[in-house]
Amino acid sequence: MTGTRYAWDFSFLWGYRSLILTGLAVTVAYTIGTILLGLVIGLLTGLLRLSRSVLITAPLVAYIEIFRCTPLLVQIVWFYYALPVVLGIDIPANVAATLVLSLYTGAFYAEIIRGGVASIERGQWDAARAIGMRRAQVMRYVILPQAIKRMIPPFMNQSIIQLKNTSLVSTIAVADLLYQGTIITAATYRPLEVYTMVAVLYFLILFPLTLAAQQAERRLARSD
Amino acid sequence: MPEAMVEIADLWKSFGSLPVLKGVSLQVERGSVVAIIGPSGSGKSTLLRCLNLLEEPDRGRIRVGDRERRFGDGRRSKPRDRELSAFRAATGMVFQHFNLFPHMTVIANVMSGPSIVKGMARREAAEVARALLAKVGLADKVDSYPAQLSGGQRQRVAIARALAMNPAVMLLDEVTSALDPELVGEVLGVIEQLAKEGMTMLIVTHEIAFAHEVANLVAFMSDGVIVESGPPRQILEHPENPRTGGFLARFHRLMGSFPAPP
Repeated sequence: MTGTRYAWDFSFLWGYRSLILTGLAVTVAYTIGTILLGLVIGLLTGLLRLSRSVLITAPLVAYIEIFRCTPLLVQIVWFYYALPVVLGIDIPANVAATLVLSLYTGAFYAEIIRGGVASIERGQWDAARAIGMRRAQVMRYVILPQAIKRMIPPFMNQSIIQLKNTSLVSTIAVADLLYQGTIITAATYRPLEVYTMVAVLYFLILFPLTLAAQQAERRLARSD
Repeated sequence: MPEAMVEIADLWKSFGSLPVLKGVSLQVERGSVVAIIGPSGSGKSTLLRCLNLLEEPDRGRIRVGDRERRFGDGRRSKPRDRELSAFRAATGMVFQHFNLFPHMTVIANVMSGPSIVKGMARREAAEVARALLAKVGLADKVDSYPAQLSGGQRQRVAIARALAMNPAVMLLDEVTSALDPELVGEVLGVIEQLAKEGMTMLIVTHEIAFAHEVANLVAFMSDGVIVESGPPRQILEHPENPRTGGFLARFHRLMGSFPAPP
């Protein structure tokens, strides 16, 4: 078997530790930053999406579905190469990356938020309205406290996926973990070790987070 | 004759092309109990929901206490959020499926009206809520969550929650229909007590015997109109309209509880 003849050697990676750590930091920064931006976008879009006016909902639905129904990689490439041509302005890679990742995850958050609010029974609205609460009060005191509980598990799942999504920005030369991996590979010609390390690092961050998410989900289910 | 507490005049309501109320008029005297009976789909619940504007009538006039609203006549006056809330606060509504707020304790449910809508201080609202919960026999359930209560207890909390707004009139929409038979009595007991205290009430019910006992007036609704109304004895024992008679006859066969109409 030829595979066994390959001599694995991870030791050289130590020499690139600062490069790897920088990449990791960029990955984490993009994840957190675009989750937060996406949350703002998703919150606004998701709540406005509940409006009864088609004038408001139609453009929001268009935005949500365009971003949900096209591949993220295509969106990144399009925003970086095509949008500057359309707008006639220069868009730096980090801006394009941030914009696309935020809009992409924001579209999913919007649906999570809309779905959470819509899942609350009509009777809750009726009862709160019958007491004399105004729309905003019904939302704040009755609907959202219940809806948020239902939004948390899908929100956590989407956010975990977002960390993996950030790896696609390496295609437009944003210096994230995967991009640094390609740089190290180019210098050392040892892709097997490099990409194994990259995979292990993603796993080491995400696995504990998925465990925590599962536990939180169980806790929420119990408190129902 | 005392002035009517609730006045409904020529009320019309359609859902899409389906007419549900076709010119309903009804007066409810202050302190009296009106039981609305009739087959399902006759518009009883819609009438109650129109009364506190959970549904907006297409045409007609509603007065509750000194608040009056007119609908239709070309004046497309979409009532504003604030006005709607004020109107609704004057009517207490209790639903078939309780609709308690599951994330709030029993006392928080009852306090929600006074503290959120009226802006009453928490301590004061809690006092009001405690008194009402004691009145419906649930003083020991103050800190429970709705999920920990039986159906009958939940419905009594819902009644207390509606009462907390100190409404001019209570609207009860089939409040015992979702209960196990052995729990119906405790809820009807609370309603009977309210009737004795002079609360003005409109009750949509299938409890014919209860209507007979507690109501001052029974209105039989069918197909979007009030077919006939009058004192319980007259309507339930000697209905003039054949539709009322037919409905009651079916009921009596089911219940066997009650002197059949001649």
